Amino acid sequence: MNVVVCVKQIPDPAVPGQLDTDHTLKREGKLILDESDSYGVEMALQLVDKAGGGEVTLISMAPNAEVSGLRTALAMGAAKAILVSDDVLSGADSLTTAKVLAKCVERAGDIDLVLTATESTDGYTGTIPAQVAELLGWPSLTFAKEVHLEEGTAKIQRQTEAGYDVVQANLPAVVSVTAGVVEPRYPSFKGIMAAKSKPVDQVSTSDLGLDAAALAANQSITSVTAAPAREAGEKLEDDGTAFEKVVEFLDGLKVI
Amino acid sequence: MKIWVYAEAEGDAPTTATLEMVTKARECGTVEAVFVGSNAAAIAPALGEYGVAKVFAVDAGKCLSGIIGAAAIAGLVEAEAPDLILFAQSYDGRDAIARLSVKLDRTVLTNGVGLSVEGDAITVRGAIFGGNTLVDTKFDGPAPALAAIRPKSFVAEAGGAAAGEIVNVDTPDAGRASEAQVLETIVEPREGPKLEEATIVVSGGRGIGAAENYEPLVDELAKLLKGASGASRAIVDAGWVPYSKQVGQTGKTVKPKLYIALGISGATQHMVGMKGSDNILAINKDAEAPIFSVADLGIVGDVHKVVPKLIEAL
Ligand SMILES: Cc1cc2nc3c(=O)[nH]c(=O)nc-3n(C[C@H](O)[C@H](O)[C@H](O)COP(=O)(O)OP(=O)(O)OC[C@H]3O[C@@H](n4cnc5c(N)ncnc54)[C@H](O)[C@@H]3O)c2cc1C
Ligand SMILES: Nc1ncnc2c1ncn2[C@@H]1O[C@H](COP(=O)(O)O)[C@@H](O)[C@H]1O
Repeated sequence: MNVVVCVKQIPDPAVPGQLDTDHTLKREGKLILDESDSYGVEMALQLVDKAGGGEVTLISMAPNAEVSGLRTALAMGAAKAILVSDDVLSGADSLTTAKVLAKCVERAGDIDLVLTATESTDGYTGTIPAQVAELLGWPSLTFAKEVHLEEGTAKIQRQTEAGYDVVQANLPAVVSVTAGVVEPRYPSFKGIMAAKSKPVDQVSTSDLGLDAAALAANQSITSVTAAPAREAGEKLEDDGTAFEKVVEFLDGLKVI
Repeated sequence: MKIWVYAEAEGDAPTTATLEMVTKARECGTVEAVFVGSNAAAIAPALGEYGVAKVFAVDAGKCLSGIIGAAAIAGLVEAEAPDLILFAQSYDGRDAIARLSVKLDRTVLTNGVGLSVEGDAITVRGAIFGGNTLVDTKFDGPAPALAAIRPKSFVAEAGGAAAGEIVNVDTPDAGRASEAQVLETIVEPREGPKLEEATIVVSGGRGIGAAENYEPLVDELAKLLKGASGASRAIVDAGWVPYSKQVGQTGKTVKPKLYIALGISGATQHMVGMKGSDNILAINKDAEAPIFSVADLGIVGDVHKVVPKLIEAL
C-alpha cells in the first residue's frame, strides 16, 4: 500500500493575513504544515500500517524551497517527500496547483491512494482533490469522515447536508478527508531527528514536464475593498439579572 | 449572456442555494439549468417559476453525481455555448466544478459571495480574512467562465416565469471516475427547522464546557425560540455535535433574524458564517472576546448562570 499525501505549507494562520501589492496572499516568513493536512498524514500512516507494508510519500508545492511543514509531516512518520518550488508558480490558481500535484503523483511511482484535505486553511477553494483525480483519470471520493480499504477498493463515509453517504471506488483513487477523521499524532523526538535526514526530492515545473506558458491562470483581480464593518451594540456585565435584559431584547425583536 | 446554474435538489425540490443562484442569474441574462438526478420532472417546474427556461437532465445512476455532471456539461458546452456556469459551494457542486475545470482547462473562482456582469465581463466577488476584505476578480479566459457561489449570497425570489422545459441528456461515459458509486444514503434525524433556514439560530462553543451541556443549554433554548441549534468548529471537532451543525467558513453560512452565540469566542472563520445575521446576541465570560465586536447585545457572563435563568423566564 503506497499512499501519497498532498500537504500544503502555509503561513501561520494565527497571524492576521495580508495581501501583497499584486493582490496575492503574502507568503513570507516560515511556513508551517496546514493543520487540515495533518489528518491526511495520520490517516495515511494508519492505512499503510494496517496494510502491513508500503510507504507514505508527501507532495507539496510551496515558494522558496520551503520544507519546515514537510519536516513536521516527515517527523510524524512519512518516508519521503517531493517538493515543487518554482517562481512561475507564484499566485497559481487551483487548476495550476492541481496540474503540478498530479505530475508529482506520477513521479511518486506506483501509488494506490492519494489523500488530501477537503480544503486548505488559507486557500479553501476545495476543488484541488477532484481536479487532481480528473487529471490522473482516477475516481475521487470527497469529504470523507471515515475511510476503509478492502481488497483493492476504498470505502468512505461521505459527508452530506443530511448525514452521510457510503461511497466506494476501486484503487487507485483520490480521497479527501475532513478535519477530525483521525487524531493526528505528535511527532516524537526520535521522529523529529529522523525527519532531518529523510529524502526531499526538490523539483521545478520543467522537471515535471510542465510548460510554464500552459500554467497561466485566466483571472485578474479588479478591486480589493474593506467590507462594511458591523457596529458593536450594547455590552453589559452579568450581575445576576442580565437574563432580564436578554428577555427585553428578544421581546423587542418580536421573537418571543 | 447565457448563464447555466448547476441545480441540486433535496428530495423533490431544488435547494435554496440553487434558487438563490437562479434569482441572481436572471438579473444578468437568460438562465438554463443542468440537473443530475432521476427526478428532473419533479424539479423542473419549480426551476421554471424562478425563470429557468431549459433544464438539461442527466441520470447518474449510482455514480457520485458531480462526476457525471461534469462529464455531461463538458459534452454540451460546445453546442449550447453558455457564457457562465454557476455551482453552489456545496459537496456535489465542488466535485462538479473541479472536474469540469480540468475537462475544459478553465480556471475557477470559488467561495463567491457576489456576481456582476457588465457586457461580456464577468466578475465574482469573494470574501477573505473572515469576510473583512472583499476581492473582485474578473475572468479573462474564453467562455464558459466557472464560478462556485457560497449559499446565502443572494436572496431567492420567484419571478421571470419560464418554461422549465426538460431536455434529457444521455448519461456520459466518465471513464474510471464513474467507479465512485454511492452504496447507501444515511439521513441523520433532525428536529425543528433547518439550520440555514431557521429564523433563529442558537449556537454553542467550547465555552459551554462539555458535550452533555449542549442539550440543556443550546438545544433547549433553540427549541423554546422555535429555532435551530448550531455550533462552532471547536465542539464539532471535539465530537460533541455532528458536523451538520457547524457554522462558519468550513460549515454553513446562516443569516437568521437572530443569532445567539453561547460560549463562542468569535474567530474570523466562525464569524464569516454568521456575521450577516440581522441581530446578534452573544454571551461570553471574556469581556474581550471578539464576538462582542459584532454583537447587538453582549452579555459578559457565564453561560451556565445566564442561560438557565433565561430558559426559566421564557
Ligand atoms: C481552515 C479553518 C477553518 C475553520 N472553520 C471554522 C468554521 O467553519 N466554524 C468555526 O466555528 N470555526 C472554524 N475554525 C476554527 C476557529 O478558528 C476557532 O478555533 C473556533 O471557531 C473556536 O471555537 P469556539 O469559539 O467554540 O472556542 P474558543 O475559541 O475556545 O472559545 C471559547 C469561548 O468560550 C468562552 N467561555 C468559556 N467558558 C465560558 C462560560 N462558562 N461562559 C461563557 N463563556 C465561556 C471563552 O471566553 C471563549 O471566548 C476554522 C479554523 C481553520 C484554521
Ligand atoms: N500547494 C499545495 N501543496 C500540496 N497540497 C496542496 C496544495 N494546495 C492544496 N493542496 C491540497 O489540496 C487540498 C485542498 O486545497 P484547496 O483546494 O486549496 O482548498 C489541501 O487541503 C491540500 O491537501
